[in-house]
Amino acid sequence: MGLISNATTIFDAGVINGAGAISFIKKLTASNSATLTFINGSSNVVLDGTYKEYLFSFKNIHPAGNAADFGFVSSINGGTNFDQVNITSTCFVSYQTEGDNARGIEYSAGGDLAQGTGQQRLSDNQDTDADECSNGFLTLINPASTVFNKQFYTNISQNMDDPALYHGFHSGYFNTGSAINAIQFAFHSGNIASGDICLYGVG
Amino acid sequence: MAVISNGTTLMDAGAISIAVGSMTLIKTLTASNSATLSFVDGASGVILDNTYKTYIFKFHEIHPSSNDAEFTVNFRDGETAYDATKTTTAFRSYHFEGDDSGLGYQQSNDLAQSTAIQKIGQLQSANDNDSCGGGEMKLYNPSNTTYVKHFQSRYSHHYTNSSPGQIDNFISGYANVTAAVDGVQFKFDSGNISTGQIKLYGIGE
Repeated sequence: MGLISNATTIFDAGVINGAGAISFIKKLTASNSATLTFINGSSNVVLDGTYKEYLFSFKNIHPAGNAADFGFVSSINGGTNFDQVNITSTCFVSYQTEGDNARGIEYSAGGDLAQGTGQQRLSDNQDTDADECSNGFLTLINPASTVFNKQFYTNISQNMDDPALYHGFHSGYFNTGSAINAIQFAFHSGNIASGDICLYGVG
Repeated sequence: MAVISNGTTLMDAGAISIAVGSMTLIKTLTASNSATLSFVDGASGVILDNTYKTYIFKFHEIHPSSNDAEFTVNFRDGETAYDATKTTTAFRSYHFEGDDSGLGYQQSNDLAQSTAIQKIGQLQSANDNDSCGGGEMKLYNPSNTTYVKHFQSRYSHHYTNSSPGQIDNFISGYANVTAAVDGVQFKFDSGNISTGQIKLYGIGE
């Protein structure tokens, strides 16, 4: 059923038209959580061809353990396996210490992958200092495509235990012809003490 | 009454059931030879509290009144002064009309535990009437009283007319305070904001 008013389609085919270009889909909040996982079709998560672009926002991501790297893995079978998708990626960071004794912009080999199936790092060496965290966005382009590889890119700011600021930019592709239908976030060691991740679709 | 379209429940029980727009325009400030453009929670319809966890400021056609002026931001953290302590990082890419180009860290634009203004742009020209700057700045969870407040800006602009060209500035940092940030102020480091608009958006959830 559709609704048309003054020749304008208000809604049709299960979609409200003109409701905004960025649509909130799902929020997951960490509470000493091992992982935060978004699976298409599960718990109202949409991660399919409904949108051609998805945004994950990270707010106040705080680790339970020291020297923890935040990141993600992906799945093409609804979360059954998270180690079957090759990623090739690039990473650079801009940084500055609170002591003003080190700064720069540089390539970060530790943040890239070359056909790797492990964690794509999004932050580096976070600590449990009470006021420290990471924030930012991950953009995922057309994960449902079965023609092209799937591009992603990030813009992440984090505290690092110098103390310092790291501003990370990651970009890569899921080198698969299958649809990506689940993304799982975690620290490479220890739990996610607190923070939340929201998923948005870009219309 | 529920509204169901193509098998999908659009609204029911007084609530919209599907994803709808999550980027909400909160406030537009328009410069008219303005010394500052300030967004203060609770003033003039501005929301800058825990209503949203992510805020985005959009910069449109920012033009200075003085030559070689640099666009800046600062934050207030409970007092009326815009002087939150910040640690920041800065890099930029540039390409001038004379074909000089480059990419590099910009030490002159970073801060280390400083309360000074944060430069988010570099030298802009007032004389060139068609030159301006644009971009955006994200501010994360400013009302949080546990964590520092991260921000990220990207501001591209026409560089000063002594070396005309394009410069693309990337700044990130944190207000190293646990008090809520409830005000954000933009200005040039010298002279006024001749023209331009800054729009504040809140991102739901």
